[in-house]
Amino acid sequence: MFLNAFIIALREIRRNLTRAFLTVLGVVIGVAAVITMVTLGRGATEMVKSQISNLGSNLIVVRPGQGWGFSGAPLFSNADISAVEGQISGVKAVAPLSNTNASVVYHQNARNTDIQGTTPAYFGVANWKIREGRFFDDSDVLKQSAVCVIGETVRKELFGKDDAIGQKIRIRNSSVMVIGIMAMKGQGGFGNDLDDNIIVPITTLQRRINGKASNQNINQVMISGQDNYPSASIVSDVASLMRERRRLANNVQNNFTVIDTRQIAEAVSSSTQVMTSLLGAVAGVSLLVGGIGIMNIMLVSVTERTREIGIRLAIGARAREVLLQFLVEAVTLSCVGGVSGIILAYGLCVSLAKVVGAPFLFDPKINTVAFVFSAAIGVIFGFMPARRAAMLDPIDALRHE
Amino acid sequence: MSEESLIELRGLTKTYGKGDAAFEALKGVDLSIAMGEFVAVMGPSGSGKSTLMNLLGCLDTPTGGSYIFQGIPIEGLSKDQRSLIRRHALGFIFQGFNLLARTSALENVELPLLYRGYPRKLRHEMAREALANVGISDKERNTPAELSGGQQQRVAIARAIVTNPGTLFADEPTGNLDSQTTLEIMDLLCRLNVDRGISIIMVTHEDEVAGYAKRIVRVKDGLIESDLKNPAPHAAKSIVH
Repeated sequence: MFLNAFIIALREIRRNLTRAFLTVLGVVIGVAAVITMVTLGRGATEMVKSQISNLGSNLIVVRPGQGWGFSGAPLFSNADISAVEGQISGVKAVAPLSNTNASVVYHQNARNTDIQGTTPAYFGVANWKIREGRFFDDSDVLKQSAVCVIGETVRKELFGKDDAIGQKIRIRNSSVMVIGIMAMKGQGGFGNDLDDNIIVPITTLQRRINGKASNQNINQVMISGQDNYPSASIVSDVASLMRERRRLANNVQNNFTVIDTRQIAEAVSSSTQVMTSLLGAVAGVSLLVGGIGIMNIMLVSVTERTREIGIRLAIGARAREVLLQFLVEAVTLSCVGGVSGIILAYGLCVSLAKVVGAPFLFDPKINTVAFVFSAAIGVIFGFMPARRAAMLDPIDALRHE
Repeated sequence: MSEESLIELRGLTKTYGKGDAAFEALKGVDLSIAMGEFVAVMGPSGSGKSTLMNLLGCLDTPTGGSYIFQGIPIEGLSKDQRSLIRRHALGFIFQGFNLLARTSALENVELPLLYRGYPRKLRHEMAREALANVGISDKERNTPAELSGGQQQRVAIARAIVTNPGTLFADEPTGNLDSQTTLEIMDLLCRLNVDRGISIIMVTHEDEVAGYAKRIVRVKDGLIESDLKNPAPHAAKSIVH
């Protein structure tokens, strides 16, 4: 009986291909929209997460003043670094970061870039990998060695196809030798180019490049927390330590900021997730509209096809066979729509992922949900008109014009 | 009665509507039809002949009285059970042909076999044979829109006889046809009755058409007015394709 209903239903669909196509179109667009939105949204979330973890693992940054902007608040000292290292539990490594913008010259090529003075601990804290050559070490910091490690963007701009290792570049008035090239990180969480930098020993920056011997010019303290240690407790410990060291009274605000990048990552990815659900919901509405389209067509075709139903009943079809035929028609249409929607979504996702710059992540869950939903639409919205068709009296149905 | 009984009606009534609006279409009909008969049911419009036809064809249930079809009491059957009787024992021909639109003649004829669950090969074989029997083998690919009225009625007859039913119900089968085609269709029906022994019960209001039947039942105001043997039914002529 089921096979027969299937044959009859397929014949009916084939007989009205245009109608079937238009019916299915709504579901195709609905399913494709839902899958595309959710897939792209998830890709964007993943991208943001990976960009922020690019900054460093379990990274906590201490900056002078409130927020990210420039402020006149006091900078940090080497003593602050030692205090954090020695007195805060759960800290894996601490690195000072002092940076300045300077013009860098190699032969005829010049580039304005971010010069970061730090200690070897920074490479681990900020998740830098060496691609060629080596990082500088503690003795380089001690000796104020004129060495540097350069980012990929700087290498490309200054050296092009030439070999960079061992070459001397000029930063302001100092000549510095390139000893290493870092592996590419790509874009940061704020769209900035993370590879546009040069890292030098902090002493080299302070004494050779900046040319003044100040201990107070550490712009940022970079702290890497231990993997399973709660970052929130490090944040509050660092804050109270700094308040103590700066002798801030209870009623005075912090003149520094402790930033937990993991929290930022969570905040940013949760907001992209909200966006994803929103877009998905909007797309879901279009899927619902597609389903109503199917119901509409099924209702209209029951009215239109009353005579056909009458003929079928007169030549001996049972009510349940007519019901099954209409159900199979609706389910076939919505399943075809579902599968076409998935295929369309796949194409859209692959091409849009390139445009948006987000990675394409195939998500079997959302595909299954969209497909099951479209099939369910077929069953639910096909059932009512089908039942109406099956309940018709053969005489009334035959008399229908 | 020497012949086997096909239809036994006793006090059959049919009332449409309820209360004051009730309309008694049949007021107690007694009728016996034997197997192999060719009966024409005649009467003016509103006489109840169509109601009678629908009841006989198991398309409708009577309000009162009894209807025994080939020994089976029909009045107590459910909708589905009546569907199965129609599927296995009856064939229908309508005034308006009632073929499925945009559907080839072959597929139209196949339809009752599909509901019987026959395999594809057998369906095609039987449908082609039925089309050959009504003389339009060459039109199996054509849809109703591509066929003349007479050809469409032949397809409808092929569909009615493809299951080899014992009884054929024809509701004004020539009502939409010109006189030449009417002759051809009536010849075809006569031949089915004579050659294959199919009982035919036909509703018509044309004396000429009723003249082919061996028995003419006249209905008036919900009752049988007369029930006469046709002394000289038109003979079936040889059919020219």
